[in-house]
Amino acid sequence: MNIVECADVRKTYQQGKVVVTALGGVTLSIKKGGFVALAGPSGSGKTTMLNMIGGLDQADSGSIVMDGNVYEEMTQSELATLRLYKVGFVFQAYNLIPVLSAVENVEYVMLLQGVASVERRERARIILDDVGLGGMYDRRPAELSGGQQQRVAVARAIVSDPSIVLADEPTANLDSRTGQGLLEMMKEMNEEKKVTFIFSTHEKLVMDYARRLIHVRDGLVADDEVREG
Amino acid sequence: MHFQLAWRNIWRNPRRTAVIMTAIIIGVWSMIFLGALMRGISDGMVRNGIATLTGHIQVHHKGYRNDPVIENSMTDPEAVKTALKNALPADAQRASRVRVNAVASNARHTAGVTFVGIDPAREAGVSFIGRAVTEGRYLKDDDKYGIVVGKALVDKFETRLGHKIIVMSQDTNREIASRAFRIVGIFKAEMQATEKQFVFVTMQAAQRMLKMKNGISEISLLLPDAKEVDTVADSLRAALPSADYEVQTWRELLPLITAYLDIYDGFIFIWFIVVFIAMGFGIVNTTLMAVFERIREFGLFKALGMKPWWIIREVLAESFFILLIGAVIGNILSFLSVFALSGGIDLSSLAAGSEFAGMSRIIYPVINGRDVIAANLVVFVLGLLVSICPAVKAARLTPVEALTHT
Repeated sequence: MNIVECADVRKTYQQGKVVVTALGGVTLSIKKGGFVALAGPSGSGKTTMLNMIGGLDQADSGSIVMDGNVYEEMTQSELATLRLYKVGFVFQAYNLIPVLSAVENVEYVMLLQGVASVERRERARIILDDVGLGGMYDRRPAELSGGQQQRVAVARAIVSDPSIVLADEPTANLDSRTGQGLLEMMKEMNEEKKVTFIFSTHEKLVMDYARRLIHVRDGLVADDEVREG
Repeated sequence: MHFQLAWRNIWRNPRRTAVIMTAIIIGVWSMIFLGALMRGISDGMVRNGIATLTGHIQVHHKGYRNDPVIENSMTDPEAVKTALKNALPADAQRASRVRVNAVASNARHTAGVTFVGIDPAREAGVSFIGRAVTEGRYLKDDDKYGIVVGKALVDKFETRLGHKIIVMSQDTNREIASRAFRIVGIFKAEMQATEKQFVFVTMQAAQRMLKMKNGISEISLLLPDAKEVDTVADSLRAALPSADYEVQTWRELLPLITAYLDIYDGFIFIWFIVVFIAMGFGIVNTTLMAVFERIREFGLFKALGMKPWWIIREVLAESFFILLIGAVIGNILSFLSVFALSGGIDLSSLAAGSEFAGMSRIIYPVINGRDVIAANLVVFVLGLLVSICPAVKAARLTPVEALTHT
């Protein structure tokens, strides 16, 4: 069953007086439970594609359907609600809230969802234990290493059981060992919790972990490689 | 956790928060403290005005206010007093007076004065004179030739207790009446002008000199509750024949002070606006800086699914905390300042210049609940209103713009 279906998605940006084509008509579908990498060099359109799938940006034309939700028919407010309940994001720069502790950062999404505080705290602690940060609940982002911060970001992305987690170059700021550990952890979660992961990356390490590797070049899908298990 | 987040966010840049908080503290303090000073001045003016023979309400013969001559006296005061008894609250004070313009002189000097014949016991309950005598003594009922004069007049006349003063005025027969009085008491008043203007004798002495029989010039009333002035005045107007008598409140009798009170209200309003405009720019600037510094964070909030309204609420919560702390400290400081000056601010050196307006020599700051509420409302309501602009700016960012902001 497909969780994401994109049909002829196009997007251009105005950069000064120049119109830049970020996506030139992308058509692809991604199955539920997938561990997929969108690979390509900088400027190829992979981050734009990820933003489109996450409902952060709107396509100029074409259609995107995620878990049965047709984006072109949805208002900004409905898209925000969809992101809150169905999409988890992991960013290259971690993007944790600096004034909140690790556990509070994880709790924040649940707070927006209206989950009761006791349940919030309990679930946040369990997920932090799962990502190997047990005992670091009260540390603020500045007191955590890059790898630990990204683990908190992953914990925040999956804590509310989203349908899909979108990770924009999640290992780009990490050394290869830490990056590998993070990928192992995400793969485990993908297998155990059946959460769909889609990465954008240009790193070989991430590509090696992906079960499906979609090469994006000049705003188009250049190659689509499905691997075994 | 929303409030926790807002609280922690305002301390991310403690110096900036401290600067804007200081501006709010100074703003609130100045609004309340300056308001208290102005109220102190205006309260003093009203108190002086009322105590300087005006009272809360006065009853005169028709036409006396326009032309305060002896012909416009009340010839049958008993009828008026009977009407007053029925219309006045039980513990209201009243004093009848003879009051005419006169010329006072001694061997060396001459001056125009207001010659006032009083009932010593009743007058003490209505005006300042009962407790103002600082040398000699107050008048007695049987003082036929005793006179109480102001310290400034005594100095001007180069005279002293026991010496004579001649008072000259027009009597009811339109003849010049004059009489010699001996100074039995010297009074001090809030204003030197009062000391120079009024000379007091007993009612009988004045009536005899002016050949008024039982006639009086005015009845001055002091009510237990100043808020009842208009109601009591209305009931007196209803009780007395309007063809013969006129009833006026202190606001009508002291038009200059009434005008000053209105000007002060306007001045306080303008001051509030000026303070707020200065403070408002600071609040907008600080909030905008806080928003611009955290654009990526707002992008994250939107990416996580936060609705625009929640972002506005988040930014406003931060402004609210800054305003709250600033306002609380500003209030405390202003109350402490007023408390520290509760003994009064002595403006004796400036008194000569300020007396023309009826200002007291000593100002006692008065905190007015309405001013305190107004100052706090101005800060909170307008402070939150001006914060909406940066908050909306944060809320309107698209997640992608915000997340890619550098």
